[in-house]
Amino acid sequence: MGALAMPESEKRLIRWHLYIAYIAIAVGIFFGLLQALSRAKLLPPMPWYDYYQGLTFHGVLNALVWTTFNIVALLTVAVRASLGRPLYSLALGWTGFGLMTVGVAAAGYAILTRQANVLYTFYPPLMAHPAFYLGATLLIVGSWVSGANLILTYVAWRRENPGQRTPLMAFGSIVVFVLWYIATLGVAIEVLFLLLPWSLGLVKQTNPMLARTLFWYFGHPLVYFWLLPAYVVWYTMVPRLAGGKLYSDPMARLAFLMLLIFSTPIGVHHQYTDPAIGQEWKLLHAFGTFLVTIPSLLTAFNLMASLEYAGRQRGGRGWIDWIFRLPWDEPAFAGATLSMIAFVFGGISGIVNASYNVNLVVHNTSWVPGHLHLTVGTAVTLTFMAMATWLVPYLTGRALWSRKVALANMYLWFIGVLIFAVGMMRGGLEGEPRRTNLGFSPYLLPEWMPFLIMAAVGGALMFIAGVLFLLNMAMTLWFSRQPARVEVPMAEALHTAADAPIAFERWRVWLAVAAVLIVISYTPVLTQVLQTSPFSAYGFLPSNPAPIR
Amino acid sequence: MVKDPFERTAIFGAGLLMTAFFVAIVIGAFGLGIRVPTCVTDIPPFDQPAVVEVAPGQYVVNVVAQMWLFNPREIRIPAGSTVTFNLTSKDVQHGFKILNTNVNMMAVPGVVNRAQARFDQPGEYLIVCHEYCGLGHHAMSAKVIVEPRTAEGPSLPTPRAMASALACWAR
Ligand code: HEM
Ligand SMILES: [Cu+2]
Ligand SMILES: [Cu+2]
Repeated sequence: MGALAMPESEKRLIRWHLYIAYIAIAVGIFFGLLQALSRAKLLPPMPWYDYYQGLTFHGVLNALVWTTFNIVALLTVAVRASLGRPLYSLALGWTGFGLMTVGVAAAGYAILTRQANVLYTFYPPLMAHPAFYLGATLLIVGSWVSGANLILTYVAWRRENPGQRTPLMAFGSIVVFVLWYIATLGVAIEVLFLLLPWSLGLVKQTNPMLARTLFWYFGHPLVYFWLLPAYVVWYTMVPRLAGGKLYSDPMARLAFLMLLIFSTPIGVHHQYTDPAIGQEWKLLHAFGTFLVTIPSLLTAFNLMASLEYAGRQRGGRGWIDWIFRLPWDEPAFAGATLSMIAFVFGGISGIVNASYNVNLVVHNTSWVPGHLHLTVGTAVTLTFMAMATWLVPYLTGRALWSRKVALANMYLWFIGVLIFAVGMMRGGLEGEPRRTNLGFSPYLLPEWMPFLIMAAVGGALMFIAGVLFLLNMAMTLWFSRQPARVEVPMAEALHTAADAPIAFERWRVWLAVAAVLIVISYTPVLTQVLQTSPFSAYGFLPSNPAPIR
Repeated sequence: MVKDPFERTAIFGAGLLMTAFFVAIVIGAFGLGIRVPTCVTDIPPFDQPAVVEVAPGQYVVNVVAQMWLFNPREIRIPAGSTVTFNLTSKDVQHGFKILNTNVNMMAVPGVVNRAQARFDQPGEYLIVCHEYCGLGHHAMSAKVIVEPRTAEGPSLPTPRAMASALACWAR
């Protein structure tokens, strides 16, 4: 089993991804705390603090940098460990890392110098410094290179092992990157053909509706790019951490494939309140969104069954006793399982968002950030934190500095986000707008105050939990002297891959299906947008109502 | 593939649940008439944002969003009126949400958005900009002021103003 052990050279590559991710979230949650406080009138005006600059940092560093670097790191380990073969190319891995890091530095420079206060969705005609768009491009291109490295590793494995079922861990990881290639096409076109030439002054006017539509073609599968790595962890690692087995491997594959084909042709569910797109197409995308919730419901069933199996293996009996038998004092298990619980609420609130006319109640209110902190901000983030408790020891050979601190990190974040999300979501139902420095708003309604304070309290707890996480990782990296004996947790399945239809391995077929669905759902939408929206918008700086002509 | 009865129940149950939800929103949209905004292009005259009574109890309001105000800032109408809002932006993207109604739209430069609401309860309805639009975004708001109808007697009692967008028509 020599090939299974990861050589130091590969570990170093993964470690560097984690360093960048940890720096990103350190800055990211600092601004998160300030936002939560500022919205609740708990922050005085401070000359160095610009709410929207901070919010741009918050969105970019947390939702794009922390996630992407973690995903590349974790899935590289997953692919490599489950295939039991070296990476296709170390050089390719470093190239991907280098491009992503230069991209983050370029975008970071633009944001830091207040030349890109455009938030992480960068809707035109608000205009940022070209370095911001260039940085975003490099981040994406770098992730393409790193993804290619994993896919080439898989292709090499496939050649060496013809006819074998792909291990589920690798299967899910490959789906993540295939989905990412499909998704990033939209934003790559938006940035390269619309925004970059326009911010460089090569063209003066742009088309905001087209840009929005391309952005959300990317934006919805983006959320699955965040979520599916957590699914990989939940399906293939958590049952092992719980001391049991995955209930059904074929059903997990079915879920991954459904997510692959249904998560792109539905992006217009972010544009229910937009002009220029007809109701019939909005409703079609709503229908597609409901289809894509089915694999998540299947995931809920499969994971619950796996946890129940583990609980019974540990001597649990009856309806609830098995729950208490699970290793709730193991940080990796506890963190990942709390993430799943948060995702139950995240998923339910997501169905509300997706529900066409019901979306009118919540669109762009603080309900939405309430929802997204349960999903990417916890289901994904807390899963990454939980996995770091074995991954960092695995990569460094040093035991985790403190298990107690890790446990406090997991439970505190979970409690924090529940309070935060209830505050944000209730406030949203009362009409609080999102992306708004409400504490400094002349129209702030008194009935919003309890919910704003609640969000500030929950946010502060999350921030403390985040600091505990960073402390634990820093101490493990720098001060832990105990050697670690850690393996990548790989779960077996109760219903094994042997039952999965062989068609599940026909990647070309699934890609073709995905392409057909995208063409069906996006041709009419893009046609309408191009027919009705002109390329007539001059750029604007966020600080100045006069156009840049 | 699905030999396990629990797996089969989960798959069909999930499908059934989402079908039921979808049917519910379709009934909401077509039965109750709660519609999302739709595509309308270049309706003049946005050079003159105004509240116009087009028929008794029927108003059309042309709203222009700009950094960082709405024009008009106050929309006065009598209780029981049905108001159509045509919305566009002069500069960057903005949002337009009227609290306690179902009116929720994006204002995008170059295109016009449209939604309709009936206002039965007298009072002030806050309109907030809910899309980030630059430095003064958090100060951007407007109001619908619904005045009690005095001469004609009491208006129809409806608990909430209902919004519905009109059908999509191309230029
Ligand atoms: C200490 C923890 C955190 C706190 C206190 C916090 C707080 C907030 C607040 C108050 C907002 C709303 C700002 C507004 O709409 O005006 C927000 C937005 C957001 N947060 Fe967080 N957050 C935290 C962690 C995270 C994490 C870990 C992620 C993702 C991995 C995340 C992703 C986002 C995103 C994507 C937005 C929306 C940004 C936008 O509208 O442009 N946050 N956060
Ligand atoms: Cu979405
Ligand atoms: Cu605004």
